[in-house]
Amino acid sequence: MSGDSILAVDHLSMRFGGIVAVNDLSFGAGRRKITALIGPNGAGKTTVFNCVTGFYKPTAGTMRLVHDDAAIRLERLKDFRISKQARIARTFQNIRLFPGMTALENLMVAQHNVLMRASGLTFLGLIGAPSWRAAEKRAIDLARRWLDRVGLLERADDAAGNLPYGDQRRLEIARAMCTEPALLCLDEPAAGLNARESAALSELLFSIRADHGTSILLIEHDMSVVMEVSDHIVVMDYGVKIAEGSPRDIRDDPKVIAAYLGADEEEAIAVMGSAT
Amino acid sequence: MTALAPEPTPASRLPGAAFIFKKALISALVALVLFSLMIGIRTEAGPTGQLIYWTRFGDLAAMVAIVFGGSIVVELLRQWWGPVGTTRLIPPSVKSTLAVSRRGVAPVLLVFTFLVPVIFYDQRYILDLGILVLTYVMLGWGLNVVVGLAGLLDLGYVAFYAVGAYSYALLATNFGWSFWVCLPLAGILAAFWGVLLGFPVLRLRGDYLAIVTLAFGEIIRLVIINWQSLTGGPNGVSGIPRPTLFGIPLTAGENGLAARLGIEFSPTQRIVFLFYLILALALLTNWVTIRLRRLPIGRAWEALREDEVACRALGINTTTTKLTAFATGAMFGGLAGAFFATRQGFISPESFTFQESALVLAIVVLGGMGSQLGVALAALTMIGGFELFRGLDQYRMLVFGVAMVLLMIWRPRGLIGHRAPTVFLRHSHAISSDLVKEGHG
Repeated sequence: MSGDSILAVDHLSMRFGGIVAVNDLSFGAGRRKITALIGPNGAGKTTVFNCVTGFYKPTAGTMRLVHDDAAIRLERLKDFRISKQARIARTFQNIRLFPGMTALENLMVAQHNVLMRASGLTFLGLIGAPSWRAAEKRAIDLARRWLDRVGLLERADDAAGNLPYGDQRRLEIARAMCTEPALLCLDEPAAGLNARESAALSELLFSIRADHGTSILLIEHDMSVVMEVSDHIVVMDYGVKIAEGSPRDIRDDPKVIAAYLGADEEEAIAVMGSAT
Repeated sequence: MTALAPEPTPASRLPGAAFIFKKALISALVALVLFSLMIGIRTEAGPTGQLIYWTRFGDLAAMVAIVFGGSIVVELLRQWWGPVGTTRLIPPSVKSTLAVSRRGVAPVLLVFTFLVPVIFYDQRYILDLGILVLTYVMLGWGLNVVVGLAGLLDLGYVAFYAVGAYSYALLATNFGWSFWVCLPLAGILAAFWGVLLGFPVLRLRGDYLAIVTLAFGEIIRLVIINWQSLTGGPNGVSGIPRPTLFGIPLTAGENGLAARLGIEFSPTQRIVFLFYLILALALLTNWVTIRLRRLPIGRAWEALREDEVACRALGINTTTTKLTAFATGAMFGGLAGAFFATRQGFISPESFTFQESALVLAIVVLGGMGSQLGVALAALTMIGGFELFRGLDQYRMLVFGVAMVLLMIWRPRGLIGHRAPTVFLRHSHAISSDLVKEGHG
């Protein structure tokens, strides 16, 4: 992908012992665009995510996050710095909220670094300095806005572990957005959602991109969501990229169809077609 | 509790007589094996030193019969009672009354604690016990930061208690520094050792973390025993100065507080002073912990306990977060240690054994990890209860053990297991203990 890209992955490889999870993968994610990473189970999508978000150190290759002025080499950063410096936020395939904390507290934890500075590394906060109180109020307001955006304002004071599955998914996205990221990485955000919730998710992703200028990279199996929201799709199979392009190109690509549903192209075409 | 109508149990799930009989038989068999040596044979040293023994098969048979019969009774009771859940054990009406009274517990307890020296002025024993309980309350609150909030299982907490105690003892006896100068120094030194311990254990979790912290506690004790030139070794440090009221000693002399106030001197005055001193230190611990919970660092500790991976994804530096938890907990341990040294006037390594760590950890776990009130109640029950059963002599531990087992059955997550949110928009609901994680170490 040429032009204005926020994330450029070059020749990324990740090996676990003898297993090659990702092999020489290169792709880009456009600024203010929604890029989807799709592929059959075990294709290495989540491994790519874990490399981009710093949970794995790649065996080879580079990942650059291009901000307005400078490019940040992601593979050189520690995992917690990825969120801080590169401003990448992520969600997890199996939701990782803080179940024993309320929805609001979850969003407050997400603003840790901002609040830590505001509380003067705790000391100003301990004596209750006015600057800290103001910062805390701003943080609560931001959290409240996001709870409202994802429709969870009523449940702000309930434990996150008590929320229904769909609400937990949305809360996790809200939590990631509270870090005010430049790139939001979503690992199967539509998994386990019903049709109505999936449609609401698409709306949410569009509004995030429109209102905050956040670029989105997502892994998804739900083709109706992928085809609807993506500007650009990267297809992986067995750790390599097999296709890349607009939703229209991907839908008609015979290699993708073959990878997705084995050799039975008739059936694959039927599924891909119905997803539109 | 029996007011609740027993739920009709499906007949198909009722175990038959054969099942009960089999279960009773197994219990009896286990009892036979256990008691055959414990009760069946009695050995004693004879008059000339040889071993003599006699058998008590009658007693043995009686015990086994009791177990057999008891097992049948228990099984029948269990059938009649039905499945046991907390809703059955504690009816909602009792629960709501408890919830109302619970809100009043903390203020009532606090006011009562303030009045203890007034009410029991003549009773030295009660005052000493009060000081002991408050010391453990403070230690419990300190360890609560590490174990309850950050979810890092620390079995060597006594190390920081020892560091604080020896810091004060050595600084005061060697340099003659006052208690009020040494107290913060003891806290800082203990926090420093907390960070030192923190570094090697950052990558460890759960059981491994527990073992390394346990070892750390022992290392500190062994160093104190063996570094004779500095610490006096097993002889300890004696002649540790008593604390002063900002320079005014609490003695009978001309400069003493009693003389200055123009009242008659009594040794109890010093005890009362110590009581209020440890109360102030404990309340400081409590206040700081409550404040910290509402600050980003405290939320990060709790988030770390809930999910470390998610913390890293949100840009939280888990290394410094863990280290600050260790340092904060250690600092409070050090302050408590300095108080301990000044109260005793003499310290030796014997006061800082693993048993102390275990006791403080038991207080935190029994109280409910993360709950300030729970920890205070648990310290009161553990230390106070221990004294209460003093009349039972050797059965004291037994009574105590049974009480702890019962408590853990009744309340597996401690006296106060639920978690109070640190921030809320409309209402602050307590979060049920089954949602709150214990942490992986």
